[in-house]
Amino acid sequence: MNANAIEVRDLHKRYGEHEAVRGIDIEVRRGEVFGLLGPNGAGKTTTVEILEGYRERTSGEVSVLGYDPARRQIELRRRIGIVLQSGGIYSLLTPREALAHWASFYPRPRDVEEVLELSGLAEQADMRSRKLSGGQQRRLDLALALVGDPELMFLDEPTTGFDPKARHGAWETVRRLKQLGKTVVLTTHYLDEAQALADRVAIVKDGRVLAIGPPRELGVGGTRYRVAYRDGSGELIEYQTDDPTRLLNELTGAALARGEQVRELSVGRPTLEDVYLELTADA
Amino acid sequence: MPEAMVLTWRQYRLERRMFWRNPSAAFFNFVLPLLFLVAGGAILHGNQSQLNKLVPAIAGMSVMSTTFTALAYNIVFLRERGVLKRIRGTPLPTGSYLGGVAANAVTNTALQLAIVILAGRVAFGIGWPKEWLELVVFVLAGVVCLASLGVAFAHVIPNFESTAAYVNAVFLPVVFVSFYAFDAAGAPEFVRNVADALPLKPLIDGLYGAMVTGTGLGDNLDALAVIGLWGVFGVWLAVRGFTWEQRRG
Repeated sequence: MNANAIEVRDLHKRYGEHEAVRGIDIEVRRGEVFGLLGPNGAGKTTTVEILEGYRERTSGEVSVLGYDPARRQIELRRRIGIVLQSGGIYSLLTPREALAHWASFYPRPRDVEEVLELSGLAEQADMRSRKLSGGQQRRLDLALALVGDPELMFLDEPTTGFDPKARHGAWETVRRLKQLGKTVVLTTHYLDEAQALADRVAIVKDGRVLAIGPPRELGVGGTRYRVAYRDGSGELIEYQTDDPTRLLNELTGAALARGEQVRELSVGRPTLEDVYLELTADA
Repeated sequence: MPEAMVLTWRQYRLERRMFWRNPSAAFFNFVLPLLFLVAGGAILHGNQSQLNKLVPAIAGMSVMSTTFTALAYNIVFLRERGVLKRIRGTPLPTGSYLGGVAANAVTNTALQLAIVILAGRVAFGIGWPKEWLELVVFVLAGVVCLASLGVAFAHVIPNFESTAAYVNAVFLPVVFVSFYAFDAAGAPEFVRNVADALPLKPLIDGLYGAMVTGTGLGDNLDALAVIGLWGVFGVWLAVRGFTWEQRRG
């Protein structure tokens, strides 16, 4: 069995004149949370919908758990779970009824009660779904994707429109999915979400992958540090360096020799946000 | 494929459960044909030859409203709400899903027809249907034809808000033209030609033969052929243009 849950080579998708995906290469390892990060219209959703089997690619190679998703084999759909950005629910059913029905589609579903518990819907299990709050409906989305006990889950912008408390609740759930051994593909346009959840992130813009790697290591050039301070005249000075030890020694030595303070000194790694803004800035 | 059959059955039972939980749908399904019968019966009171025509006409309209209208509404609603897309992402076979949805509609057709036939027997003096085989054949042909046309028509409707306008723009004129041509011997030839070319009037003709006059299937083969042609056209359109998702932009 392949070590990678997903392999994508030179993926292209064209809608008439518009090329939404222009040569994407991605590998998603089994058991990892993989983030697809990018501004709206970057090609994230198109890419994910090709992986889910909703859209056909124009060209390129795609393997999801060893299957070609474009062939829409039932065997593949039994092993993946999909949380859509705007998946409709049966408003006249209760979460327990909807989950029991969904469970019947799969050969080895999870226990409905356990899924209700896991998704935080135990108290709402017998309410009509139309009476659920927005956040509870999104939890039901997740529960419906989870009840078939899939190996691989796709979460498309799972926290868009959430308040901060609900977002952190959803993050906890994604972490639990990882603990359960699931491979998770997450699209988001929130940097903090990618940083908090993803083992690795691909930054996508204009249908291409601009950078790929663990969020912490996604620096430009990999190891650059940023050193900033305010000099004697009050001006903010900023350096980028690969050798902060030497730079700090020189800075502080020079300041001591002049009898000055180095005020507001900070040493930092570029955050995912810095990398993202730099990569996605319009030239 | 026994597993697909089991899933079709489960989907059908779920659709029935949801139907009964939606009071307005249940109301329209069962009270509306009764209201039409009561109103028509009050106007035509004592005129048996007119009542003989009223009952099969309402029966034909019931077939159309439970299949064409109901499925156009349902498909647009499920498509625009994202339910179809979500179902498409699960291992539920497409045939099992659509089979369950269609069987739900056909159940409503059967229930409505039972009400209309019973009312015809109890209150309108037309007795039990005379040609059961003809009744079953015409109802089946009408269901397949009008259900597939309803699914096909859903492709044309751009969003849920405009569904009522689109559906009524077809349903009401078809019902008026068909009723007029069926009832009025003096209807202009042009109107009769239009009505005979549409599927509802031939359906009502067949039901009239089966329920009232007892003219057999052999005398209504022209009507059956019209329904069959629309059915083939409807199935082709329904399958060809089916979309699982809201259109973008």
